[in-house]
Order: sequence, then structure tokens, then C-alpha cells
Amino acid sequence: MNTIALVGNPNSGKTTLFNALTGSNQRVGNWPGVTVEKKEGNFKFNDVVYNVVDLPGTYSLGSFSEDEIVARNYILKGHPNVVINVVDATNIERNLYLTTQLLEMGAKVVIALNMIDEANTKNIKVDIKTLSQKLGTPVIPTVASKRKGIDKLIDEAVELINKDIDYKANISYGENIDKEIKSLKGLLSKKNLDYPHQWIAIKLLEGDEYIYQMLNENDTLKNQIGNYELEIIDKRYEFINNISNLTVKLPEDNKETLTDKIDKIITNKFLGLPIFALIMFAVFELTFVIGEDLLGGIIGTGIEILGENLEQLLIYLSSPIWLVSFFTDGVISGLGAVVEFIPLILVLYMLMGFLEDSGYMARAAYVMDNIMKALGLQGKTFISMIIGFGCNVPGVMATRTLEDKRDRMIAILINPFMSCGARIPIYLLFISAFFPNNGGLVLFSLYSLGIIVALLVAKIFSKTLFKGEPSYFIMELPPYRLPTPRNVLRNMWDNVSEFLKRAGTTILIVVTMLWILAILPMGVEPYSQNSLLGGIGTFIAPIFEPAGFGTWEASVGLFSGIAAKEAVVAILGMIYAGVEDGVQLTQAIQTAFTPLSAVSFMIMTLLYTPCAATLGTIKKETNSYKWTIFSAVYSFVIGWIMAVLVFQIGSLLGFS
Amino acid sequence: MKTTLKPIYLTQLHPGDNCKVNKICAGYNATRRLYEMGLNTGANIKVVKNDIGPIILSLSGNKIAIGRGLAEKIIVEN
Ligand SMILES: Nc1nc2c(ncn2[C@@H]2O[C@H](COP(=O)(O)OP(=O)(O)OP(=O)(O)O)[C@@H](O)[C@H]2O)c(=O)[nH]1
Repeated sequence: MNTIALVGNPNSGKTTLFNALTGSNQRVGNWPGVTVEKKEGNFKFNDVVYNVVDLPGTYSLGSFSEDEIVARNYILKGHPNVVINVVDATNIERNLYLTTQLLEMGAKVVIALNMIDEANTKNIKVDIKTLSQKLGTPVIPTVASKRKGIDKLIDEAVELINKDIDYKANISYGENIDKEIKSLKGLLSKKNLDYPHQWIAIKLLEGDEYIYQMLNENDTLKNQIGNYELEIIDKRYEFINNISNLTVKLPEDNKETLTDKIDKIITNKFLGLPIFALIMFAVFELTFVIGEDLLGGIIGTGIEILGENLEQLLIYLSSPIWLVSFFTDGVISGLGAVVEFIPLILVLYMLMGFLEDSGYMARAAYVMDNIMKALGLQGKTFISMIIGFGCNVPGVMATRTLEDKRDRMIAILINPFMSCGARIPIYLLFISAFFPNNGGLVLFSLYSLGIIVALLVAKIFSKTLFKGEPSYFIMELPPYRLPTPRNVLRNMWDNVSEFLKRAGTTILIVVTMLWILAILPMGVEPYSQNSLLGGIGTFIAPIFEPAGFGTWEASVGLFSGIAAKEAVVAILGMIYAGVEDGVQLTQAIQTAFTPLSAVSFMIMTLLYTPCAATLGTIKKETNSYKWTIFSAVYSFVIGWIMAVLVFQIGSLLGFS
Repeated sequence: MKTTLKPIYLTQLHPGDNCKVNKICAGYNATRRLYEMGLNTGANIKVVKNDIGPIILSLSGNKIAIGRGLAEKIIVEN
């Protein structure tokens, strides 16, 4: 099958182009580093299927960060038939740096000169024909977000696949280096290597560790070769500048853009942080107003009606009692309790998607850099934390953009404190039971607490387990863009469909297993303390006594939450709503908890052991069982301590 | 000779100032990343913001934020 790889700088519109090409759903964000893994899709052209691979956005193809290695290895080892290099037309020089590296690798390159609409508004003039001539590659202007130029791009890419050309970049690295390259090529010619010799020679001169390892060379070679890395970068830029001087005309006067004006306020030294807090608070408040007051209840009523009808249908079909029980007490009460929160999640992610796509998130990282630095971290870590709000799995993966190993380990370990979407139903349940009038505030406080705990823990880690200098902070601030409805809706749909998918798979399995535990041993009253499930809960319960929720029900909820956080509400739904017909889950919660123990329970669910999927990702990213187990245990301890503190201090102060 | 002049560091400039990158004395990885982002020798930059927190630069109209610690190691010339 023919494969097309998409390569480009972060935020050049790669993901948007990928979606325009394949029509598939991808996460799109207007901030550097959202695409952390390679994603695949395909399209059909003239009855031939073409595979498209979206590689992580990078500035370079060195072996600097994980992202770069992923992208580079794919181009070298995945043997794509053609590479589409997405170049941001408003920032041609810097974007062409990556292009020069692709040319050095000898890849077949088509350039998608994206954001050409923005370049026009900014009065940047590009001589596309000359640019294409000088680079020796086709250059197609595109507006990925409006699907302009896509057909032409496909045409060119397909044509290039079938063409047999072997063009070489005519980059001169200066007399000295050119000579070195030549002599190295002589040395290499005896070896049977998979990659172009010219490229390997350049990489050796750049001191690329990875290539040295691949060649299995002893250090003598390394000592013989000088390190010309910075010089080579300068030469690449010289090559680029020569071309851009001929082909790109920037506007004379740099008048203040709208982005500049907005930035003056949003990154202001006094206003920056309050604005950030205000925006996040507004997001949660709006989530409640729209998600609950306007849409809420509809789904709940729907599920109730569905449950009743299903029960009657099953009885009418004279199904065995256990089957009726499985569907009504297990599936409907369990899954239903989870599904009920979809409107809220829908609204929350729509708003988050809007912020992400507007370019605000990069500013949030900027504003947070001061605080982060004081804690021994850097602003970019904050991006992985915000992604963690969606789900900790991509949050942990997003730490790959951190070049510093120490930064990265800390970022991974604190990510689970970011309250993910799956935990929302738990809060919402308790909010509707105890704090119906202050929902936004409670939610905001919980999210803030998560951030505060994460930052404090990070501080402790950076002083103890991971000592060292804080790494440097370099980040692009993309221009503000009006979010496209398509991107916002897609972001929302991605999150919600993920939630639904999990409800249909993992949660269903967990619910089924818990249901089985709940009806065994045979003949026991289902969901009673005498069932196996009740036994497990009763066994764990004393641990949570000091935190105010030492009931077997709450314990079973937390226990199943380690499989998947959604299961907490599912299991509470099964236990409480299952016992007596007509008793609403909220009412049952009101009798089983007090406002204070509700708070300590919410804090526990916010902080304790991450779910199985997140732990799996931590294992994958750290490649260490030790750290995975550490993550599971220390967060449990922290969650427990916090819950106990809140409950005990609250009791002393006379709350109940 | 130019080199006898006292070096100017990026952090000493004010918003609106234009300058050229002369030399970067940061650690190896940071220097490389700055180079790759287009802050290589001779690049024209404009300071957009320099108060607290990272410095914001404009590099042919595109904004880049650079932590203060790192910006202190970038020597510029007018
Ligand atoms: N005006 C305009 N905006 C675009 C165009 N293409 C993409 N965008 C917007 O640019 C932003 C960034 O696009 P992405 O597709 O997320 O960029 P990316 O290169 O995948 O970024 P990473 O995922 O961080 O690597 C989004 O807000 C898009 O809507 C375009 O041609 N014109």
C-alpha cells in the first residue's frame, strides 16, 4: 500500500490537514505538541487507497526529544512513498529548517504551504514558483481549515509517488564541512547501510548519538570527527535565507496585530493569572448552567424510561429472574449512572476545545511559567497537565515534548492529580446530593486542589527524588485564531466518544464483574453486605473510617475505581439504586454520606490511585515497573491523608 | 574592535527594541534548540515583552517565549 507521511512544525496545521485528507477524527489543538503519537488514516484516489500517517510536530529531525525520534524513525524505517511537509506560510524561514532536513534525508517531499490565507492577511507575499524551483520540490498553497488546495496536493503527492526522481538538496555547508562530508562518505561507502550516506555523514558531523550507536562505531571515529553542529545549523539557515530573500516578501511596517493587543492584556504581569483563573472558573460555571440546568435530566429521564420498559419487556418474554436482574440492577443502574453525565461532559469539552483552538493554552503555559519555575518545573509541563484534564492517558503521553528527563518524570508522576473527565460523574453525583447551588464552585475548587497538590508534590520531587537544574523554557506563542466549529466539535466528539466507548467496553466489563460479585454466593440478597462484593468492601472499609466514609459501599466504589474511575458512580448506582425500587441514587447518597464526608470522598477520588489505563501508560512511558507501582501507591497515600485531614479538621470545626 | 565592547544581553533590552543575535552561551542542548527555532547567529529579533516571567520575542512576526534564565545567556548586538 502507498503511504504518505505528514511532517511539519508544531502548530503548522498538520492535524487539520490530516483530517482534511482522510476525513477521520483526530484531536486538533492550536498549541505546540498536541500530536504526540503518530496517527493513521487513509483516503481513496482514482480507486487506489493511500495510507496517511500524521507524525508528531517537530522543529527538527535530530535525536533531541522523543518526538523527533518518532518522526525521524518513521521517515527512515517506515519508508513512506512520499512526505508531505506542512509549512506555515506566515513563518516560512523557520518552517523550512525542517524541510532542509527532509531534503538531506533524500525523502520525496511535497510542500503544503499552509495558512496561505493568514499570510495574505498579514501581507506576506510568496513567490511560489521560484520557491518550488529553488527547493526542487512541488509547493502547493493550502488552507487546511477550509479544505482549499487539498485536491491539488493529493494530485502532486500521487504524481510524485509514481515518479522516479532522486533529487538532492544542494546545500553547501562551507568548504570545511563539505570536505569532511566527502571524506566520511568515502569511509561509509564500504559499509552496507540502509540510509543515504550523505545524510549519515552530516549526522555524524552533528554528533548525533543515535547514528553513532547505529553504526556501532568505537569512540575513535567520534574523536576523529569534529563537532560542527551549530555551524551546520547556521549553514542550513543560510541556504534558507538565500531562498527566502528571493521568494518571500514580509510587510514593511510591523503594525500591532490583534494578537499583540490581546496578548498585552492576557500576558500582563498583574492580570495574567487572575484572567487565567477567571477563564477556568467561567468554563466550569458555564458547564453547569448549560449542561445541567438546560440539558440535564433529559438523559436521566430517558434512562429511567428505558430501564422500566426493558424490565417489562424481559418479564413479558418470561426471561429468567437473573437476566432481568442483570439488565436492570447491573447494566441500567450501573451504566446509566455513568451515561447520565454526558451533557455535562459534552459542554465541558466544547469549552475546553474552544480554548485550545483559540491559542489561549500557550498563554496559560506562559502565565504559569513563573509559578512553575518557583516549583522547579517549567511552563511547558503545564500543557501536559491541562491535557490531563481530558484524560490522564494523553496527558502522560504529552510529557514527551519535555526534553529534560527529570522534568518529564515529574510531569508523568503528577499528571494523575489532574482531574480527568471520568471523575466528573463522581463529583456531579455528590454535588447534586449536597451542594446543588454551588456546583461550579465545588468543581472549580476540586480542579484547583488537584493542581495545587500536583504542584506541591512536584516541588517535593524536584528537591528530593529528581534533583537538578530546572530546564530552560522555549515556547512558541501561536497567533490567536477564531476556533473553527469543526475543530471544536471534533474535540468535543473525540472526548465524548472516548467516554462512550469506555462505557461500552471497560466499564461494561467492570460492571458485569461487579454484578457477579454482588449476587454471589448463590442465594444471597444481591448487593447486600453478605455478597462477595460486600465482603470485599467490609474488609477494606476500616481504612477509610478516619476519612468519614468507612462504609463497605464507598470502599467497593473506590476499589472498582482503580479499574476505571467511571466505575465508582456505576457501582454506587448499582448498590444504592439496586436495593429498593424508586429510590433515587441522589437520595440514597444523601442518607449514606454527610456533606463533610461527601467532600472528603470527592477529594479521595480526585487524588487516589490512577486508573488501570493510566498506570499502563505510565509503565509504557517510564519503562519501569518501579515507578508505576510508586505512582499507584504514593497517590493513594496522598489521597488518603488529604481526605482524613479534611474530615478530621472539618469535624473539629463543627462541620458535619 | 567590536569584541572589546561590553556584551549586551537579551534581558537588558526593552520592549520594542530590535537587535541581532550575536552569541548564545547557554548549555549545548538549549543552544541547539534556540538555533533550530531560528535564533541562530545574525537572526533579527524584536523584544515584545520583558518584565517578569519569560521574555517574549518576535522573530519575523512570530512570537516565541524564552525563559529568563536562558535569555540571560543570549548576547545580542544592535
Ligand atoms: N487560518 C488558517 N488556520 C489554519 C489552517 N490550517 C490549520 N489552521 C488552524 O491552526 C491551528 C493549529 O492546527 P493543528 O492542525 O492543530 O496544527 P498541528 O500542526 O497539527 O499542531 P500540533 O498538533 O501541535 O503538532 C488550528 O486552530 C487550526 O484551525 C489554515 O490553512 N488557515
